[in-house]
Amino acid sequence: MCQVGEDYAEPASEEPPPRQPGREQKCVKCKEGLPVVVIRAGDAFCRDCFKAFYIHKFRAVLGKNRLIFPGEKVLLAWSGGPSSSSMVWQVLEGLSRESAKRLRFVPGIVCIDEGAACGLSPEARAKALAEMKLILQTVGFPWHVVALEEVFDLPPSVLRCFAQEPVGTEGAYKAAVDSFLQQQHVLGAEGAGDSPSLAQGEEQLSWPCTQDPQNPQSPDRPPTAAQTEALSRLFDSVKTLTAKEELLQALRTHLILHVARTHGYSKVMTGDSCTRLAIKLMTSLALGRGAFLAWDTGFSDERHGDVVVVRPMREHTLKEVAFYNHLFAVPSVFTPALDTKAPEKASIHRLMEAFMLRLQDQFPSTVSTVYRTSEKLVKAPRDGCAAGPPGPRCLLCMCALDIDTAGAALLSQGGPPSPRHRAAVLRLPCEHEGLALPGPPAALHLGRGPAPQPEGLHRAADPGVPG
Amino acid sequence: MAAPLSVEVEFGGGAELLFDGVKKHQVTLPGQEEPWDIRNLLVWIKKNLLKERPELFIQGDSVRPGILVLINDADWELLGELDYQLQDQDSILFISTLHGG
Repeated sequence: MCQVGEDYAEPASEEPPPRQPGREQKCVKCKEGLPVVVIRAGDAFCRDCFKAFYIHKFRAVLGKNRLIFPGEKVLLAWSGGPSSSSMVWQVLEGLSRESAKRLRFVPGIVCIDEGAACGLSPEARAKALAEMKLILQTVGFPWHVVALEEVFDLPPSVLRCFAQEPVGTEGAYKAAVDSFLQQQHVLGAEGAGDSPSLAQGEEQLSWPCTQDPQNPQSPDRPPTAAQTEALSRLFDSVKTLTAKEELLQALRTHLILHVARTHGYSKVMTGDSCTRLAIKLMTSLALGRGAFLAWDTGFSDERHGDVVVVRPMREHTLKEVAFYNHLFAVPSVFTPALDTKAPEKASIHRLMEAFMLRLQDQFPSTVSTVYRTSEKLVKAPRDGCAAGPPGPRCLLCMCALDIDTAGAALLSQGGPPSPRHRAAVLRLPCEHEGLALPGPPAALHLGRGPAPQPEGLHRAADPGVPG
Repeated sequence: MAAPLSVEVEFGGGAELLFDGVKKHQVTLPGQEEPWDIRNLLVWIKKNLLKERPELFIQGDSVRPGILVLINDADWELLGELDYQLQDQDSILFISTLHGG
């Protein structure tokens, strides 16, 4: 396993490092190679050292957190974009190593086709899907391609948090690794050690898996036009791009959760990079989600109970990801998203992204500072799912409500939810506004209104202000 | 007086959307008084290659934050950024990191 705590030390220098390292400099790590990329503020790495640095970070993040047990089924959420493609590639390389440092979990890939929400034509969607399937076949893990339209067929159970056993202690993790290694030894002695990932013998995964026998709608049959129409209508009914993005995120999460639960995956890995998470942190603050920053941006997100979302790419900046993908030919598929070519002020997400990136340009430690702050966020113990019966939860983001339920936007007072599904149009102050969703009514977060003015603060009457 | 230069300009990561979806462009930069550097190249790209939404690619006299520039597979920060003098057969790659995910 990776050494915990090992890190690349900043190069010792008496004077501040030069603002623009020139090509004459050598790689700061090996001191010999020709540098090709500048990481952080002034560290120039050569190609091989950069690769080692990149891979090491990935393994270190997984090793440091010790949440993924050997033999566990982990679902990789792949959007086709560079971060998630890089993550998939790292998992692929990590699993194939012939050494004790090999990654030990059992991966699958899920890919959500969001073309309908983004307004793509059927031909564009089919083209993107074909490219994706090509890459999925190359990677070789079991994969599931799910259209966003299937969100209409989700059972209500997807909105429930299932209590799970508390996360194992340090001793439990070590014991699990040791017993796994012992099993490997035994199997190796019996001459069955050829396919490393099937070593458990408990589950026979069919590789590559193209059809999902449990899912009535096979991935090869595109969603019906009526469903696509319904999804387009849903997104059109949302007034602002901000709300659309949040809705898309919520639906995507529900779908991935459903796929994970249906196929027995206990962990989901998403490719959120350091830059994205820093932007997300600031955006969440602006959206009134300050209480849930630890779940939204932390390494692990246990709000769903039985399925834990982890973010192994959270220490890689977008620049590192882009460089790695280019230098080492990691395949990715570009698909236009909701906010492609949107102007800067189109949504809170876009505005925050522009703000952060512009600041990062002038002050190269911006993203890492925000990221370090997010690392310090602690989850309030009362909100832990393992702490007992779950309190009321938000319908969309499934975090525990942080407000008094008497003030929540309940649509029906008391009583069990109606068995009939009916559309509920909800008008809410800011966060989740103007949505039309089928399903039982439930409590939702209220957006944060404007800050209340302290008593007695009237500008005109302030004697201290001249004029 | 700078001689005409032949360089390859490539766009990736979604930046190609602003250039009619074409990723690779083999361009010949005409001879001119000042030597060709990245600053001039950007002006030239804006005038001749960019099809729409210049503000999504160029900001001021540099690229928009979030767009990486690689010159011959190396970070442009190592080569002087905007002041790098172009040479014949150079390969300049612009990768947009804003479509991460």
